[in-house]
Amino acid sequence: MTLPVDFSTTLGNAWFPTPIFTASGCASSGRELAQFFPLNDIGAVVTKSVMNKPRHGRPTPRMAETPSGMLNSIGLQGPGIDAFLAKDVPWLLEQKARVIVSIAGETVEEYSTLARKLRSVSGISAVEVNISCPNVENRGMVFACDPDASRRVIDGVRKTIGGDLPIIAKLSPDVTDLPAIARGVVEAGADALALINTVLGMVINIDSMRPHLGGKTGGLSGPAIRPVAVRAIYQVHAALPKVPILGMGGVSSGRDALELILAGASGVSVGTASFGNPTALIKIQNELRDLLAARGFTTMQQAVGFAHRDE
Amino acid sequence: MATINRSAQQQIVTVVGNKRVGAYHQILLHVGEIVKNCRPGNFVAISVGGESSKMVLRRAFAISRVSDSSQYGGTMELIVAPHGSGSKWLCAQPEGTEIDIVAPLGTAFGIPTESVNALLIGGGYGSAPLFGLADVLKSRGCKVDMLLGASIGSKIYAPLEGKRSVNSLKIYTEDGSMGETGRVTESLLEIIENREIDIIYSCGPMGMLAAITELVSDLDVIHQCAVEESMACGIGICMTCVLPVSNEDGSTSMLRSCIDGPVMEGEKVRWDLVGKIPEAHQ
Repeated sequence: MTLPVDFSTTLGNAWFPTPIFTASGCASSGRELAQFFPLNDIGAVVTKSVMNKPRHGRPTPRMAETPSGMLNSIGLQGPGIDAFLAKDVPWLLEQKARVIVSIAGETVEEYSTLARKLRSVSGISAVEVNISCPNVENRGMVFACDPDASRRVIDGVRKTIGGDLPIIAKLSPDVTDLPAIARGVVEAGADALALINTVLGMVINIDSMRPHLGGKTGGLSGPAIRPVAVRAIYQVHAALPKVPILGMGGVSSGRDALELILAGASGVSVGTASFGNPTALIKIQNELRDLLAARGFTTMQQAVGFAHRDE
Repeated sequence: MATINRSAQQQIVTVVGNKRVGAYHQILLHVGEIVKNCRPGNFVAISVGGESSKMVLRRAFAISRVSDSSQYGGTMELIVAPHGSGSKWLCAQPEGTEIDIVAPLGTAFGIPTESVNALLIGGGYGSAPLFGLADVLKSRGCKVDMLLGASIGSKIYAPLEGKRSVNSLKIYTEDGSMGETGRVTESLLEIIENREIDIIYSCGPMGMLAAITELVSDLDVIHQCAVEESMACGIGICMTCVLPVSNEDGSTSMLRSCIDGPVMEGEKVRWDLVGKIPEAHQ
């Protein structure tokens, strides 16, 4: 007989009853998945990264399945922050879901504008600052590839939003020195890190003999990138053991979630797995609970970074 | 309370039939109560490849027809072309296999409240859902004519039992191996006029749907089409299957063909912008 595991976790000052979250961009604003499970059964809904203005995103084709993964090239299609705050956040709070709002901008100023609009919204648990979306026209806009630009975005959001709401900086694995970028955004005011965004990739259609995606390049997700996520989380947790990490990248089972937790994640987001299975989050959550109990953990927190322990 | 995917259920179901019909497979699933919520035009999203599959995405298939008998319970029929790795896997599943489905999904064809003259146009396996639709229309007193087209005769799907609800059936193939040589749009305007068509329902390749929309744009005919755009999830969360669709105010939105489709008003789809992005607020 194993004792029930205390499944709760924290990211900054935000508390969550379970460590399993949706991944931004893979659950819209929750309405679609609500038919399949109650949204308050999971740790939190991380909403699709929203920009200041409504946006059409990239042309189709926007998707290509790859071995154990997929490329997407959505390009941050969305309703804009005003419509999102008016319609989606109140609905999520009505469902008693915990909400992490993900924001994305084209300029440092746009992130600050978004932060200003979020400041007065009550009921949200944290803000994810997505500085690593690969699906933008100019790779120069991927702030997370530039240590200085990353800092400036987070600094602007922190100064605008004030001291209470936890800031989670979402970083890209497509960099040479991830711990250095992580350290920079933490110094600028991030309370936690989201690792990893998709990995930049491309598929060429051998019939048309051109890039398959409308946007040419896309973000690779799914089990194919899980080892990249585990490496990134392990590296950053080793460098910054006190900074909580929201881990993600190809998690499709409780076993995968546990792997990310052992590497150093305090919470785990599930993205692409929901495309293949609308109840993936619940399945993963149940499997993770059993795996933790079977290994003798009485709290989830004990397992965070356990792979780093001394011999 | 869910506001989207309201009737959808995820369920493990059993394959109870799988036979080749021309270039396609007719697959019958025992789905039980789900049939009560299925309407012509809805689709099903199926997990493919089994436990250790490298295919992470569901495959969407139009529901060809459903039936509910006291002997067998609820069954769902799909007409599947074994083209890609996922559809080939599905077509290789023998009777007795258990598969994971989510259904019903998407919008359905609008059924008129009065008896009208309907023309159903199918391209390739796109004809599959039209026979179930024909049954419903006939039961409402509508007169139903049908045009089917494909590149070659073996790609025409027209089951004998399906023809019962159809007043007339005309077949076109591009190579002339079955029916008349040519495309379904060949004498479309003439047929609409002669048969006093009030509403067109179409399902097939995007090029065909666009061509029909253009031909009927000046006529007083309603055109509802079931679009086909590649999907990753089928439930509205991936945002990959979007199409440019006109709003009331003249602006254009990128709408998901899984949630706001597959059945859409032909004239609302901005066929000229498919594969592009609308001008405003890029």
